[in-house]
Amino acid sequence: MSKKYEKILIPVIAIILGILLGCIILIISGQDVGALFNGLVKSATGFDFSKPSSGLNLRYPGEFLVSSMPIILTGLAIGFAYRCGMFNIGAEGQVIVGSLASCMVAILVPMPPVVGVIVCLFAGGLAGALWAFIPGILKCRFNISEVVTGIMLNYTALYGANYFLKGLPESTTTRTVDIPANASLSSEFLSSITNHSRLHWGFILVIICVIAYWFIIEKTSFGYSLRATGFNKEGARYAGIKVNKSTILSIMISGFFAGLAGAVILQGTFGYGRVMSAAENYGFDGISVALVGGCNAIGILLSGLLFGLLKVTQPLLQTSGIPKEIGDIISSSIVFFVAIQYAIKYVLTKIELRKGKAQSKKAGDVQ
Amino acid sequence: MKKALKLLLALLVSVSLVACSSSSSTEETSAPNETETTEETTSASGECPVTIGLVTDMGGVDDKSFNQSAWEGVQRFAEDNGLQDCVSYLQSTSEADYVPNLSTFADEGKDLIIAVGYLFHDAMTEVSANYPDTKFLLVDDVVEAENVESATFNAEQGSFLVGVAAGLTATENGSKTVGFMGGMEGPVIGSFQAGYEQGVLTVCPDCKIYVDYADSYSDDAKGQQLAAKQYDLGATVIYQSAGNAGNGVIKEAKERGDVWAIGVDKDQYEDGMKDDGTSIILTSMLKRVDSAAYSACEDLLNGTFEAGTKVFNLSNEGVAAELTSGRNLSDDVIAQINDFAQQIQNGEIEVSAEATIANGSSN
Repeated sequence: MSKKYEKILIPVIAIILGILLGCIILIISGQDVGALFNGLVKSATGFDFSKPSSGLNLRYPGEFLVSSMPIILTGLAIGFAYRCGMFNIGAEGQVIVGSLASCMVAILVPMPPVVGVIVCLFAGGLAGALWAFIPGILKCRFNISEVVTGIMLNYTALYGANYFLKGLPESTTTRTVDIPANASLSSEFLSSITNHSRLHWGFILVIICVIAYWFIIEKTSFGYSLRATGFNKEGARYAGIKVNKSTILSIMISGFFAGLAGAVILQGTFGYGRVMSAAENYGFDGISVALVGGCNAIGILLSGLLFGLLKVTQPLLQTSGIPKEIGDIISSSIVFFVAIQYAIKYVLTKIELRKGKAQSKKAGDVQ
Repeated sequence: MKKALKLLLALLVSVSLVACSSSSSTEETSAPNETETTEETTSASGECPVTIGLVTDMGGVDDKSFNQSAWEGVQRFAEDNGLQDCVSYLQSTSEADYVPNLSTFADEGKDLIIAVGYLFHDAMTEVSANYPDTKFLLVDDVVEAENVESATFNAEQGSFLVGVAAGLTATENGSKTVGFMGGMEGPVIGSFQAGYEQGVLTVCPDCKIYVDYADSYSDDAKGQQLAAKQYDLGATVIYQSAGNAGNGVIKEAKERGDVWAIGVDKDQYEDGMKDDGTSIILTSMLKRVDSAAYSACEDLLNGTFEAGTKVFNLSNEGVAAELTSGRNLSDDVIAQINDFAQQIQNGEIEVSAEATIANGSSN
């Protein structure tokens, strides 16, 4: 079995097993399994099998894309650091500071259209990168685990951002003012063609990021040195790769993606800064997305769409009486099955072996 | 490799098609040829004269607080009118869910959609404009639109009464120190704090009041930590208004056993029950979100639903102090509280909704 084949097969098997498990739980609890699939199809396409005459409701696919965008970006963030052997669990905090920076720039700096959008996105990305620099430098200089510092910085980001958001002019205790239209990604046009969904121009940015990710990792010598560091740090050092530099740069680029996710949420989905009482787990969703996507660009895009789909299907499931936890069970069991990929690999090789034996036996019979 | 992928894909699609077609055939019979989306979904959900959907915030319908209270109101309405199959709820996991959840219910053709909590303000403004034919009820904040009823509560009035209970208790046990713990700073929880302050100081002018906010409605560990701080500073009663974070206060009080906590939104007496069968819940400030939900549902059923703001206060029993005799308040205290309640209703006492003590400090 080729390696590439395995790389695709295992996530697909994991997804099927995850959905199967969800179905089994539905059957055990006496719910309608059809509603699960109908919900998934309806969320993805807007078409309702149970009411075919109602036509397409494009709000559902619109919202599906809206919920996928940030987690694809955080998936890219986690994946990028992971390729270099870093576990950027601080992506959550980088999302929050990205969101904060883009909000502050949008509100405080008057800018012309288009330029405003780009400057704010860039501000968000940059803030995320700088926030990620902290665990990066601590890792390289003092060998402090980026997991520990990352998690702690998530809280710093959450409460720090709340402080600054409340300090912006005319902010209330729960939100800032709306960001000016020039900095907003939202679009009347996209919203109108998707039946008032919140679909916004952020998807263009997501496509650019997926391409950039693929290009940096697969096509540049910098990406090569990152991957080499990820495979074997000491080996890479021996080969003359500046391991510290690539480690810090990789987590900063990772932070840039996460910061962009925050900016997209702010400039596209909401359009104002929110004082949050708890983190919203975009960073943690990114871990699942990157893991299932095998940390490569297309994989992350697809798994981000899958997790986004599971997320937006939850309200539909709830309306047909299926608890929202079913969606959570499916997504977490997919992650679980990917995580135990060695077990799946083991089973696959067993099957392969048996097949091979059977075939050779057959061949023997003929002879 | 491609072959295997194609096979898997085909398998998935066929499974979903089979699964879906079975459900569609049953539904189709109940909803024959109709053109309008909204009409169809309404009739598809059975013979409901009205359909009602409730969207919770992150707390969920079992938060032991206002989400649960609102859902209980809806359920009571459904039971009273035999409409159990016509009500349903959607729980939100994050703020990003608010708009899609409200929209999903609107798309499903619900006649009335109830959103609980001021956090829904922006989502409600947006969605109510997109679905002018759907009716909405927003609890705890005001959205001015043709199709939105806003239910607000004069929580400061009920909080004044529990403040009286706290002040009298602190005077009686000599500590002269009480505490307040809120969820997140803002006008809604601020009104709880304001009423409480005035109630305490009316009956105990030299009482000390500590004020802290958990910056969260979910973090009960933080709530417990702040409660420990206030109890250590000498507070003998803490009034909590912080959702699940407030449950941390109750937990801390239970562990200490010799201090009091005041419940919020609904009667939390049971939650504060110790092993010996006594409760550390002195009293509870009842905020009848369930009444607001119930009456909006009823108005909808009777065709008398009106957009605009509806204020719930002591006079219409929208807020109250929980005063069951034989619990932790003496009959004398209960009488005094009732007296104050009368004075507030008559307008002899004006309770302000503006809090004066800053977060993290005392008077």
